[in-house]
Amino acid sequence: MEGFFDLAIDNLGSPLILSFILGLAASLARSDLSFPEAVAKALSIYLLFAIGFKGGVSVSGYGIEWGLFSALAAGVVLSAVLPFIAFGLLNVMTRLNRTDAAAVAAHYGSISIVTFVAGTSVLQSQGIVSEGYMVAVAAAMEAPAILSALWLVSGGGRERMDPGLWREILLNGSIVLLVGSFAIGIATGEKGMAQIEEFFVTPFKGVLCLFLLDMGLIAGRGIRNSRGVITPGLFAFGILMPMIGATLGLVTGLVIGLSPGGVFLLAVLSASASYIAVPAAMRVALPEADPGIYLTLSLAITFPFNLTLGLPLYLFLASAITGGPA
Amino acid sequence: MKLHDAKRVAIIIEAPMQRRLTEAMERAGVTGYSVLKVQAGSGQSGRWSADAAVGKAGGLVQVVCVVRQDGLDELIEHAFPLVQRHIGIITVTDCQVLRPERF
Repeated sequence: MEGFFDLAIDNLGSPLILSFILGLAASLARSDLSFPEAVAKALSIYLLFAIGFKGGVSVSGYGIEWGLFSALAAGVVLSAVLPFIAFGLLNVMTRLNRTDAAAVAAHYGSISIVTFVAGTSVLQSQGIVSEGYMVAVAAAMEAPAILSALWLVSGGGRERMDPGLWREILLNGSIVLLVGSFAIGIATGEKGMAQIEEFFVTPFKGVLCLFLLDMGLIAGRGIRNSRGVITPGLFAFGILMPMIGATLGLVTGLVIGLSPGGVFLLAVLSASASYIAVPAAMRVALPEADPGIYLTLSLAITFPFNLTLGLPLYLFLASAITGGPA
Repeated sequence: MKLHDAKRVAIIIEAPMQRRLTEAMERAGVTGYSVLKVQAGSGQSGRWSADAAVGKAGGLVQVVCVVRQDGLDELIEHAFPLVQRHIGIITVTDCQVLRPERF
């Protein structure tokens, strides 16, 4: 089993992470390098479809099994519970008001699909297999955290919910694409994969490199704009909370009997923080919450941490507790 | 050619609220509007840029419409509750149109 430092060096030296670091450095140096919005969107559609489809094909080989349902249930519970831990931690570590703390907490219960995609890529590099249905778990973990945050901000009472908001959350583009391509993967299986493999498998890592380059640029802009927003307490929260989430994910994955790769991916999902679906929901449901705080935290602190040091750390821990390969 | 007085209403609002606003405008009897993307700016909530955002959460849009003078109050009545809690601004200016029956 490789040690943490070996995994970290492998990870930091991979084209994926180096692309991210290039974007980050370019942005911090105020380079004019940028991706057209439509290109960035096209890259994300490609990645979501590819990851969902590959997960579906993997499930089609084994059939729908009990583990899918226990993993889905575990993901939903984790997503609902993590905001309460984050909220408590924010109350201890920062001076955020209740609304800001609840909004931040929602981000840490939900997930970052890009971190998940990078996690699957790390597994692939290490030759470790995982349950294909973890893609469905990722989709299931997007929304429950939002409900927890609204409950927190209302002090346990009933917050009036915009009726259109649930439809927007549950039918947001990334969930539709992930679940839809997952279903296509299940329906068409290996035969379907053989037809589109050359487009969705071989170029995958190259596309991910470009996407992470763009994410590095965006994270760098977030860091540049974070002056005066991120206090030492918030910064510490942005590093500590993913590790707490990962620990819960590791333990939960172990309890429900996931493979080492599955345990790792559940840890990655629990450690990651949303920066697409939840911010949009928070702007509608909790407009008084400061977007500068939750977007900067999840995008400029937790996302880079997870991508560079978190992934190798969670893989090392997953391998250590399951006795599996790494 | 005869010109007719009307009101031009421009509402800058957070992108996630766009659909809610345009639906409210339709309920107020607005017959047409245009949605413009806002690229960057600065205000009470600080500086921001669409380049630094992922998804539409960090973005703003401007919704522009022209209404008859007697339709303004109803539009404001429907639109203001949506803007009140959010980042945004409503401006009303006098304008003139050539075809008043369109508004």
